[in-house]
Amino acid sequence: MSNQLWRTGRWSDEHVELFIGNLLRWGVILAAAVTAVGGAGFLLLHGGAVADYRVFHGQPDALKSVSEVALNAYRLHPEAIIQLGLLLLIATPIARVALSLLAFIKQHDRTYIVVTTIVLALLLYSLTGAGA
Amino acid sequence: MRSNDVVYPMNVLVMTGLVAVGSFAAGMLGALTGLGGGMIIVPMLTLVFGVDIRYAIGASLISVIATSSGAAAAYVREGYTNIRIGMFLEVATTVGALGGAYLAGLISTSAIAVIFSLVLAYSAFRSLRPREEHATDGPPDKWGTRLRMDGTYPTPAGMQPYTVHNVPTGFSLMFVAGILSGLLGIGSGAVKVLAMDQAMRLPFKVSTTTSNFMIGVTAAASAGVYLHRGYIDPVLAFPVMLGVLAGALIGARVLAGAKVRALRTVFTVVIVFLAIEMAYKGLRGGI
Repeated sequence: MSNQLWRTGRWSDEHVELFIGNLLRWGVILAAAVTAVGGAGFLLLHGGAVADYRVFHGQPDALKSVSEVALNAYRLHPEAIIQLGLLLLIATPIARVALSLLAFIKQHDRTYIVVTTIVLALLLYSLTGAGA
Repeated sequence: MRSNDVVYPMNVLVMTGLVAVGSFAAGMLGALTGLGGGMIIVPMLTLVFGVDIRYAIGASLISVIATSSGAAAAYVREGYTNIRIGMFLEVATTVGALGGAYLAGLISTSAIAVIFSLVLAYSAFRSLRPREEHATDGPPDKWGTRLRMDGTYPTPAGMQPYTVHNVPTGFSLMFVAGILSGLLGIGSGAVKVLAMDQAMRLPFKVSTTTSNFMIGVTAAASAGVYLHRGYIDPVLAFPVMLGVLAGALIGARVLAGAKVRALRTVFTVVIVFLAIEMAYKGLRGGI
């Protein structure tokens, strides 16, 4: 469906809905697969450890920012691979908003270009810098 | 001795399995009602597993994104979801969610839990009153018309048109929904559905599916803040996310064949239970 969207340049609401549906589905499948691989790796290595989340310690810096997570996942640290999967999941609705923005630009829909840009900016601000 | 001490000590493998099973049930219920799994995940992790509420909120937010995106993928293609309404209202929910995530570090969640439980109890009472589906009385909202929000949705009798009402009220409620989402790590699906079902008077399935569609974006807005704060523990979050996701996908398949009345009953029962749960938690002084 996505190929048809790009090839024919048809940006009707129905086509955009189909494309968004596919984007959400594949984003979630990819995120789940990465998370499952990291989780299986962690359980194989540390499954016998004692689980205790009763006291809050926070996460190490290696798991708290996009760049650190990506670096440590590349080094095959299981927890970072899980975190990368979770980041892909967080990125899925953000990608959906970006796709909506593209669709509204193609439709020359000024009102919704402004609306969607505001939402996308807030999401990117949260993911990259907020709360640090 | 705290009641949750009973389940410890437990190894990571056992806990992961138990959390995954509980999350599966939460995901299914979240998708069926449009509430999102977060409403069930946070009490489950804190009450049953004794998890610190900050880790619970982090895992919950992740599960909320999984629920929303997993089910929305199916709903969007079925034509119930109104993307324009969702997009416009997401301005309110994302601003609210960022504000709520910041407030979480400043305000006691106990106080918020009590306020939220009152809102939920009132909402449940309202939703028990009989209401006609496709209520089209009164002129359409001028904002709804200007923003081209009116749409159609599939019914057994073919595509049915609907108009939007009370857009400013709906927008304001969405801001509240965003704050609660960022503060408590929930999707605030209940408040979102109430804004669209009762204020904007959209058909119930359009409300629940558009709410579900918006929840992922709302939760993603606060998830970034929580990630940088170290609230998101990967080892706790992964069984929650995978369990909820599996439950949500199955829940999404059930929805298309479900009757609106049954959906509303489930919705009401869940909302009453959650209101009691939250009030109890809040009055007890939190977890």
